Amino acid sequence: MTRVRRWLPGLLLVSPSIILIAVFVYGLLGWNFKLAMTDKHDEIAEIPGNFVGLENFTGIWSEERWGLSVRHAIVFTVVFVGGALVLGWLLAFLMEKGIRAESGFRAVYLFPMAVSFIATGVVWRWLMNSATGEQAVGLNRLFHYAGLDFLQWQWFRDPDWGMAAMAIPAIWQMSGYIMALFLAGFRGVPEELREAARVDGCSEWGVYRHVVLPMLRPVTLSALIILGHISLKVFDLVVAVSGKQIITDVPATFMWTAVYDSHDPAKGATIASYIVLSVAVFVVPYLIWDARKGKRS
Amino acid sequence: MAAVAVSVAGLLTLSACGGGDKQESGGGQAAKKVEVFSWWTGPGEADGLKAMRGIFAKQNPNFEFFDAAVAGGSGDQARALLSSKLQANQPPDTFQGHAGAELQGYIKSGKLESLNFLYDELKLKEVFPQQLIDQISVQGQVYSVPVNIHRSNVLWFNPSVLKKAGIDGAPKTVEEFITDLDKVKKSGKIPLSIGSQWTLVHLLESVLLGSLGTDAYNALWTANADWSNANVTKALENFKTILSYAGSPQDDWQPAAKQVADGEAAFNIMGDWAYGYFHNPPEGGLGKESHKDFDWAASPGTDGTFMWLSDSFTLPKGAPNRDGAIAWLKVAASKEGQDAFNPLKGSIPARKDADQSLYKDYLSWDLEQWSSDKLAGSIQHGVVANDQWRQAITDAVGLFQQDKDVAKFQQALVAAAKNSGQ
Repeated sequence: MTRVRRWLPGLLLVSPSIILIAVFVYGLLGWNFKLAMTDKHDEIAEIPGNFVGLENFTGIWSEERWGLSVRHAIVFTVVFVGGALVLGWLLAFLMEKGIRAESGFRAVYLFPMAVSFIATGVVWRWLMNSATGEQAVGLNRLFHYAGLDFLQWQWFRDPDWGMAAMAIPAIWQMSGYIMALFLAGFRGVPEELREAARVDGCSEWGVYRHVVLPMLRPVTLSALIILGHISLKVFDLVVAVSGKQIITDVPATFMWTAVYDSHDPAKGATIASYIVLSVAVFVVPYLIWDARKGKRS
Repeated sequence: MAAVAVSVAGLLTLSACGGGDKQESGGGQAAKKVEVFSWWTGPGEADGLKAMRGIFAKQNPNFEFFDAAVAGGSGDQARALLSSKLQANQPPDTFQGHAGAELQGYIKSGKLESLNFLYDELKLKEVFPQQLIDQISVQGQVYSVPVNIHRSNVLWFNPSVLKKAGIDGAPKTVEEFITDLDKVKKSGKIPLSIGSQWTLVHLLESVLLGSLGTDAYNALWTANADWSNANVTKALENFKTILSYAGSPQDDWQPAAKQVADGEAAFNIMGDWAYGYFHNPPEGGLGKESHKDFDWAASPGTDGTFMWLSDSFTLPKGAPNRDGAIAWLKVAASKEGQDAFNPLKGSIPARKDADQSLYKDYLSWDLEQWSSDKLAGSIQHGVVANDQWRQAITDAVGLFQQDKDVAKFQQALVAAAKNSGQ
């Protein structure tokens, strides 16, 4: 009886969330994978769909649009994750050097986090207007006023580097958050360690290179995971900036048109599965590493 | 973990929204509710719906109109919600849809009732143009009542920009159009303004019609259509040439139309909803004067053909209040209903016996053309191609916009026609 009393209240407390997550996350994930392996290519007709194995998963690679959207997602991810990490680290580094009104700056850099991707997208759509020359508005206009006309370009409508432009609003939004993570990391390095290094004749740069950076590794990894999964799932920002256009197509927007415009649930589920798998590639190793570390300590 | 928690919260809010729908189909104490599902929420269209609703209330005191409109231009969001309702077999009493192939998915899966009985009862086959009836019939059955007609093949232009470039009058053929575009380019203005990707599909349908001619265009949507022939190649080459004169793409059709109104660009090809935007007072439009600040003509090579699209209402099988829905369809089909709705929406009635004095300026030209022209159906606006086909064409246009490869474009269109299941 006393033993029951010990674990039952705890179980009761967490069971609603366990049930909800089991049904709405893992249950629906499973349902999605099942749908992706059927030939239900018509949304309204009441056909259950026959099991076709991995046919949809292989077939989609012959579609030009899929190749394009995967390429776009990779360019976006590399630029966004790289950009936000470097910029966030730099901001944290400058903060850590002890500038005046630090808390003020911290708030300023963190504020973009409070804005939704949709709002960010609407503003940046205007800033990144692709008109040049006489008709330029937004940033292109600013370049014009500053006499930097050669910097004017098509932004997200550029066929080759459009997705890199699409990453700029995302970097703007997330780098403050990454700064906060790194700043906490910097602060977590005990002053004694740095002192010890300096006493041993280490230069200031050497202190960072050999003492601080290695200790930031867990923080960097967390930041990488957080940015990576946001990036692979990106949908709202792209839709707010350019809508459902091929020129900025990513897997998530392709999934949307497959389901709601082409009325092809199986194809939509296939794309959704690929998105989940790509995020899992990021997240699962991290979870394993995290669990092992937890056991050790 | 945070992400998991967030997505669970998201799902909870979603399901909460879903739960809210249930109350719509209830009711039924005093006056029985008729749930009318549409996406008419914008200025003009919502006013038109209200006017029809007034007539409905007067004629049917025993029914209560329930407005189940979902906001969002061209009905993207509305249709996503609608298909989930139909899948769950909980249809609204009647819903809006583009007349023509867009409804095919619903018809094939048996979600709609044939309206032939209503057409016979009201003798609608005599008041709608025969070609319209032919183009919306599926195996002799009609499944919707068209309320209004919009025209897709309109060339909008700025007379003073044309004058400066040394062009007198709108181009009559596609070849003339290309020559004129070149003249404008030399005068330093944007020859043709374009918007986001869908406006290019809109442009494509006008270029196809103008290059192929009406009969060949209409044949593209029949069972044995040949998309691979040399005439189509020529039309796509024209499309490529015309696109090479386009300005940088704007966010949507309005900013593209505005470039013409502002004198930055010479031409724009857009449906006739652009007229309201050009002409209406500054709250909803640009307040421009027709024939002076802007002007229009049939898009090049399409004079004498009316490329139409139409909003229509349907009767879903298992409608909770079938009698109420039929009462609504009768209002929507009537002269009185259509003449109340269309002047406000900025479109013309599908009926041939409309009161001409209600339609002024552009609309009077439109009405005149409607009664005399041959008809062709729009691609982008759901008349000739079902959703799958249209989406495949849209994808092909989006990819073409990047690589400008005509041969590949044509292959994609051939495949789209083959795989459409239409």
